[in-house]
Amino acid sequence: MAEKVIYVMYDDEEVLKDGAKSLVSKGIKIADVFSPFPIHGIDPIIGVKNTRLGIMAFLYGLTGLMLATVGMRFFMVTDWPMNIGGKPNFSYLENMLAFVPVTFEFTVLCAAHGMVITYLLANKTLPGMPAQNPDPRTTDDRFVMEIRLSDNHQSNEKEIDDLLKNTGFVEIDKKEIN
Amino acid sequence: MQKEAAIREPLILGHKSYHDVTEDVCRPIEDKAPRMWYILFGIALIIALYGIGCIVYLLGTGIGVWGLNKTIGWAWDITNFVWWVGIGHAGTLISAVLLLFRQKWRMAINRSAEAMTIFAVFMAGIFPLIHMGRLWVGYWVLPLPNQFGSLWVNFNSPLLWDVFAISTYLSVSLVFWYIGLIPDFATIRDRAKKPVAKKMYSILSFGWSGRAKNWNRFETVSLVLAGLATPLVFSVHSIVSFDFATSIVPGWHTTIFPPYFVAGAVFSGFAMVQTLMLVMRKAMGLEAYIHTKHIEYMNIVIMVTGSIVGTAYITELFISWYSGVEYEAYAFLNRATGPYWWAYWSMMTCNVISPQLMWIRKLRRSLLFTFFISIVVNIGMWFERYVIIVTSIHRDYLPSAWSMHYPSHIDIGVYIGTIGIFFVFFLLFARYFPVLALNEIKTILKGSGQSYKEAPDYHKHH
Repeated sequence: MAEKVIYVMYDDEEVLKDGAKSLVSKGIKIADVFSPFPIHGIDPIIGVKNTRLGIMAFLYGLTGLMLATVGMRFFMVTDWPMNIGGKPNFSYLENMLAFVPVTFEFTVLCAAHGMVITYLLANKTLPGMPAQNPDPRTTDDRFVMEIRLSDNHQSNEKEIDDLLKNTGFVEIDKKEIN
Repeated sequence: MQKEAAIREPLILGHKSYHDVTEDVCRPIEDKAPRMWYILFGIALIIALYGIGCIVYLLGTGIGVWGLNKTIGWAWDITNFVWWVGIGHAGTLISAVLLLFRQKWRMAINRSAEAMTIFAVFMAGIFPLIHMGRLWVGYWVLPLPNQFGSLWVNFNSPLLWDVFAISTYLSVSLVFWYIGLIPDFATIRDRAKKPVAKKMYSILSFGWSGRAKNWNRFETVSLVLAGLATPLVFSVHSIVSFDFATSIVPGWHTTIFPPYFVAGAVFSGFAMVQTLMLVMRKAMGLEAYIHTKHIEYMNIVIMVTGSIVGTAYITELFISWYSGVEYEAYAFLNRATGPYWWAYWSMMTCNVISPQLMWIRKLRRSLLFTFFISIVVNIGMWFERYVIIVTSIHRDYLPSAWSMHYPSHIDIGVYIGTIGIFFVFFLLFARYFPVLALNEIKTILKGSGQSYKEAPDYHKHH
């Protein structure tokens, strides 16, 4: 079903932030904001929740730590206790110090790559994906607010237009999207 | 938007708008390459091809074509390896450690310093691989199930730790760099006029759209990656130093090695960043973004890490006498007065004396002087590794094993070749990639840009 979307363009992130604040206080829901760089403080205004990727990184790190420990215990203690200078590896704990560097590196490896892969998937940014920013200038010096009429049943298009008038936008564009 | 003290020098000179920043960074990519670029690229390519030729000859003939012998089993190969890894430490230090410390000046140099890091670590990786002689069995360093019985790699060996350290460092630095590049590729994609360029940059930009949620995740990922990469930077060169420190060779068997190697790595890495940046800012017209203040900050890092390195040299020397171990004492006496005295004194002059000149404000703000010192430091740091490696092992416990190392032309060819390959990559980067972190520079424009800082209402509450 086609729905109507309003793209409001600003040339300054502070102006957009002030505009968003006043719109939200009037009960308008802002679907998204497109910007060429992170606008600090916009997330709580338009209701974007903080990401949980940090927790994911921690979990991936724990996985790496576990894999490294289990792996090295198997290779060096269980499967073939390597005998170095007449001192074979009888237990993991006794030889753990030698395993610290690899354990650390593998933990970092898993945490970093796990988080980055999750990030790319969550953002839906992968090689060959089509760009979705409404205007090519939003990656240069313009900031665009997206308002969907279907999110704002309480007010009609005219009312939203009136509210937008005072926010200091530079361009406004309306599109039917599927 | 964050404001900063008025007495701080602005980080972005002139009257730039967001659009000007985009223009300044994208124009060199969109315009035709200058003639100078083709000349430099041609030279680098010829040197690189010569280096590849030497590597192919080496692999076909065996590592006997190097000047190595039974006593001196490690020489230029490992010297070059450690030198390149060291250079590869500045990029991630700048982008990770300085990000955690909220140093905004890093934004002017982090992109190209990280590119330099990745290419340098790549060059470093070549040396241990070709030193194996049989490159095609290089995958034996991985703990893979195999048909040789219960034969695993030795996790007690620092050489294996190095495999894990270098590969983790390379791959994490690469994704860290690329995560930052994605939004900037999107900027170039949205400006591109030619269909081929548009297609290429749209693949490279992964369909980045700059949604609020994307940026929220972007900032968290950058911060967490910086947090992960910071201990990584310190661990990698510590582990490289374990290659030496865990052995019982006099001159290598010292506990001072890990911190001393890390300081040396940062020292040489920043020197290489200076060498590259001073040329690049001029060639690409980026003087407004990388100006004297940035050069000065980097010179201060060079001065501090250079002083740490100098202190380490002198501590090492003192302890070799103080320990009362005559083999240790001899190793250091031999370094300073033996047949390789010239290498030792080149290292001392380049690394201990030259960074101390940076105490003088006039000198550390002089671009020409900085360029000169950056080259001196790079030469000095190469000699440091040569001194540590070759002079420590050319005298053995058994005098009949004493020997000298003379590099063969293949030694020289492979080394010079890696410099060529490095510059081929770096020149391609400077031609096709955004050399400044656009999206980061724009966030500090209002806080640290000259025209904004000098505006009368800068210090009023917004």
